[in-house]
Amino acid sequence: MTDIAATAPAHGHADHAHDDHDHDTPGFFVRWFMSTNHKDIGTLYLIFAIIAGIVGGGLSGLMRLELAQPGIQYLGTWAQALGGAQDLTAAKHFWNVMITAHGLIMVFFMVMPAMIGGFGNWFVPLMIGAPDMAFPRMNNVSFWLTAVAFVMLMGSLFVPGGSGNGAGTGWTVYAPLSTSGSVGPAVDMAIFSLHLAGAASILGAINFITTIFNMRAPGMTLHKMPLFVWSVLVTAFLLLLALPVLAAAITMLLTDRNFGTAFYDAAGGGDPVLYQHLFWFFGHPEVYIMILPGFGIVSQIISTFSRKPVFGYLGMAYAMVAIGVVGFIVWAHHMFTVGMSVNLKMYFTAATMVIAVPTGIKIFSWIATMWGGSLSFKTPMVWSLGFIFMFTVGGVTGVVLANGGVDTNLHDTYYVVAHFHYVLSLGAVFSLFAGFYYWFPKMSGRMYSEVLGQLHFWVFFIGVNIMFFPQHFLGQQGMPRRYPDYAEAYAYWHYVSSLGYVVMGVGMLFFFVNIIYSLFAGKKAADNPWGEGATTLEWTLSSPPPFHQFNELPRIA
Amino acid sequence: MSGAKHHDYHLVNPSVWPLFGSVAALVMFFGVVMAMHDDYFGGVGKWVLGLGFMGVIATFFSWWSDVINEAHAGDHTPVVQLHLRYGMILFIASEVMFFVGWFWAWFDFSLFPVPIEYAEGAVTSLFGQAGADAITMWPPKGIEVIDPFSLPLLNTLILLCSGTTVTWAHHSLIHGDREGLKKGLWLTIILGVVFSTIQAYEYMNAPWPFGQSNYSSAFYMATGFHGFHVLVGTIFLIVCLARTYKGHFTPTQHFGFEAAAWYWHFVDVVWLFLFVIIYVWGGWGAPIAAH
Repeated sequence: MTDIAATAPAHGHADHAHDDHDHDTPGFFVRWFMSTNHKDIGTLYLIFAIIAGIVGGGLSGLMRLELAQPGIQYLGTWAQALGGAQDLTAAKHFWNVMITAHGLIMVFFMVMPAMIGGFGNWFVPLMIGAPDMAFPRMNNVSFWLTAVAFVMLMGSLFVPGGSGNGAGTGWTVYAPLSTSGSVGPAVDMAIFSLHLAGAASILGAINFITTIFNMRAPGMTLHKMPLFVWSVLVTAFLLLLALPVLAAAITMLLTDRNFGTAFYDAAGGGDPVLYQHLFWFFGHPEVYIMILPGFGIVSQIISTFSRKPVFGYLGMAYAMVAIGVVGFIVWAHHMFTVGMSVNLKMYFTAATMVIAVPTGIKIFSWIATMWGGSLSFKTPMVWSLGFIFMFTVGGVTGVVLANGGVDTNLHDTYYVVAHFHYVLSLGAVFSLFAGFYYWFPKMSGRMYSEVLGQLHFWVFFIGVNIMFFPQHFLGQQGMPRRYPDYAEAYAYWHYVSSLGYVVMGVGMLFFFVNIIYSLFAGKKAADNPWGEGATTLEWTLSSPPPFHQFNELPRIA
Repeated sequence: MSGAKHHDYHLVNPSVWPLFGSVAALVMFFGVVMAMHDDYFGGVGKWVLGLGFMGVIATFFSWWSDVINEAHAGDHTPVVQLHLRYGMILFIASEVMFFVGWFWAWFDFSLFPVPIEYAEGAVTSLFGQAGADAITMWPPKGIEVIDPFSLPLLNTLILLCSGTTVTWAHHSLIHGDREGLKKGLWLTIILGVVFSTIQAYEYMNAPWPFGQSNYSSAFYMATGFHGFHVLVGTIFLIVCLARTYKGHFTPTQHFGFEAAAWYWHFVDVVWLFLFVIIYVWGGWGAPIAAH
């Protein structure tokens, strides 16, 4: 990345603003419930994502507990606790509800709010030298719509879905399980939850694109923009163009369910596979929506802690653009087993593999950035290295799965589960933690504990690998995903996987202790705690930045 | 204040409408869920839905009133106006993708037809049975289509015409001719209302009910969402007309009007695609329903 040297005035004004903080900052309710401040809204998103992450992560704990040994142990009790009947059907339905909630929560209410809502809101304006977002009030409606969407989804747990309470359709909400298979109101609530979250994301995407195009400080051309800003720009375009298609798809679900249309009902000439096409036309860009901001975060961190500009800055930026564009024309590799023609499989196989090229550019450029750099292995850096390592593993299994022929065997097995958890739980989530540690001093004004941060990383890293790596073996042996029970043959690796969850959970304790400790007793953070490697504009401001920064716009040399 | 700001961006004051509107949207959608499941929720759904809807409408009204007041207070500097233009263009882009979904359904059904037969409000499927090949066609066997060159063609002309009248209004506004602006807007709104009326008449006299077949499902939902957008666009233009009577808009600053005009053109273009793909191409070769 190009070095960005801001000239002095920005900082002088920033300090001044910081001194008069109290005059500027509104009272509690107005500040946090009526906010038009990008940093406060970013903080709200981060808090929200942490809460949703605890819920979604807790659900995976329950699932690993159930899966630790063959047979159905606890599901019946849990289903009853939620008002279900005491029988096997209700127990199995509750399993479906858990996998559905886990997926939807982690995708829509943890990763996306944290990456785009949290870090995007906080740092896109700071990095481009802007005083706020282009539409500060609309920024807030994005947050609150996400929050009420979460309330709607949680509410669905307490009303009938299929054979028990809650929506048990899987996060993909495939028809006909989601139509004639689950007649209760729970699935309608899940659908509206997605509508609300989708509207929030579309408005957010409009806001980010407008901000990035129109509010860059004088002198900051597109080709001088930090890579994190590039990543959010590409992500915002994916959101803007992919989510409306999901809205149409789930609206068709809604009318099929309640108003007698036949979009997905074969009896009326409808086509259940149409839903899969529409869903994955959204769903595949969606997976890049979850990872691209992570690419951006990792680029900033690798550069900072190597004390070098990113290797191949333009290639890095346009690799993300390429991933975004090609990401729109590979969707049917999620559906290789629905009975598509060989020609179509060949196309989607080839197109999918093409994405490995720009992704490879990114991996090699990160390595080249570190090459000959003055490396320091602070917590954000080790998370980023973990990201590169683990995301590469997930990327490589992705190339395996991209083959239509191979995927016929691996489709809907634990191999796929392992693959997407490597790119998300070990990819996207690692980049989230990297960003959190990297920017925590800037956001809170206090340093985190390096010891706890390193412990968090190593224990979490070991835990998630113990949890997810054996799932490749399970998948290759034929263990299907989304099942609460399994044959004895799978017991060993399932048990190991569940042990991995416990290790991961211990790692998370270090994270929570670290946040609480650092917020109250952490050392005061300098404006730039990372030294000369941190060249982006947020480090020219105080920690935390003034309520309104850049009253005098910085000029970029 | 921490020193005056030295930039033209608009730092918006705190506002309760995002929170209020989101909660209202939650109430409204939950009301819809309740209304769709009256057996479970006991028939109060429509009231919850109505309450939430009023909240959403109140939010739109208050929020956009704030925007207009801010514009009059001079907060909409040239760069802020540019923001608004970008925002509206991007919003329309997302709307285009929404309609892509509905056209996708239509193309799926029409390019890969399945053996169903429609007769007197009911659909039978011969999927995988003897005689399936003979009835595999698009539109499905038994569907009589609306004559595209009757009312739909008239509606096409009406919308195209309204595109010219809204441009008339725009040019009048730019040249400071307030009377021309009012006339152009009145005509556009009237044409929009006539379009919606004809569309409603067409629905009431359509040869098939709302659901049941893939044909009628995709037809009603695609044209129905377009119709909804026509209503929204008409309301947008009515707001612009009311603002014109209140003396808003200047020849150099009138983005509210331009946004309405862009939106109207977008609605117009969607209709052209609907007309060509659904009414003309999508019904080609099928018997025409008698009116």
